[in-house]
Amino acid sequence: MSQSEAVANGSPTAGGMTGFVQDWKSDKQTYQVPWGKAMMWIFLVSDTFIFSCFLVGYMTVRISTADPWPLATEVFALSFFGSDPIPLILIAIMTFVLITSSGTMALAVNFGYRRDKRKTVMFMLFTAALGATFVGMQAYEWSKLIGYGVRPWSNPWGAEQFGSVFYMITGFHGLHVSAGVIYLLIIARKVARGDYDKKGYEIVEITGLYWHFVDLVWVFIFAFFYLL
Amino acid sequence: MASEAGQQHPLGIYYKIWILLFVLSLFSYMVDYLDVQGVMRWTLVLLFMALKAGFILAIFMHVKWERMALVMTILGPPIVLLLLIFFMAVEGNYTESARVQYLGHDANQAPAHVEH
Repeated sequence: MSQSEAVANGSPTAGGMTGFVQDWKSDKQTYQVPWGKAMMWIFLVSDTFIFSCFLVGYMTVRISTADPWPLATEVFALSFFGSDPIPLILIAIMTFVLITSSGTMALAVNFGYRRDKRKTVMFMLFTAALGATFVGMQAYEWSKLIGYGVRPWSNPWGAEQFGSVFYMITGFHGLHVSAGVIYLLIIARKVARGDYDKKGYEIVEITGLYWHFVDLVWVFIFAFFYLL
Repeated sequence: MASEAGQQHPLGIYYKIWILLFVLSLFSYMVDYLDVQGVMRWTLVLLFMALKAGFILAIFMHVKWERMALVMTILGPPIVLLLLIFFMAVEGNYTESARVQYLGHDANQAPAHVEH
């Protein structure tokens, strides 16, 4: 059901807590959004719990180990053309790539609602390209750490848990980015083909929700794993 | 409030938030680059993190304009995670003290430096 239909069916229009009570009362449709969007949000809430379990697990092993935690700022430093290693630079670039992709995705959603098909597809493809760049940089980061001898059970610098936490969390996040790139490409192709010309472009917003969520998770990983 | 034509908003707000996210990320990175440590590091990193997450959720994911019923569904359940974080922090501290007290682990070692 489209949003306009939901409103036409005499749905409550009050906002805030009054609207909250109106939406939940008397056995009827609660969420005044397309079902695909409600389902995406419910999936994202469940995904939040998966990533939270990883991050809380990371916190627990880091607190409970008496061994020193390796210095992320040194581990992820990188030197260019023989310069002194710049702390955490690769991760900073990855963060900027992901934020840029979030911005292009927001534009794709906006142009979708403006029914500008060409720009929507263009920005979705641009977002997918940035996502693929991010995954590529992550693969480089992994190969570098493997080269240093970081394993899920040991590393040269301190607490053994560092490796397992790193591969687990960044691996699972990278998997989400990779899936997002594929999802974006599929939807972009369908948009270009004209599948949504009649149905409306809500699907672009739903795809965008997933993509922004991946960026959102990275905000927390960046803060807790790399900075603190 | 959600309009009948879906989540359509002026482009300007997206550009502003986009720039803001860049600036906040840069600030986060500068905390590490300038080697800020201690309470100040935690305060700044968590502040910038919360602001970034808030802007992505509110503006890019349109939560600001959604109806309260959906907002509560999204933001309500994760609140219980605060309890999990609290309990696991207590548990972790206990495990560490047990390792120091009974297994003779030394909690005051410095990590080895990284050779590039």
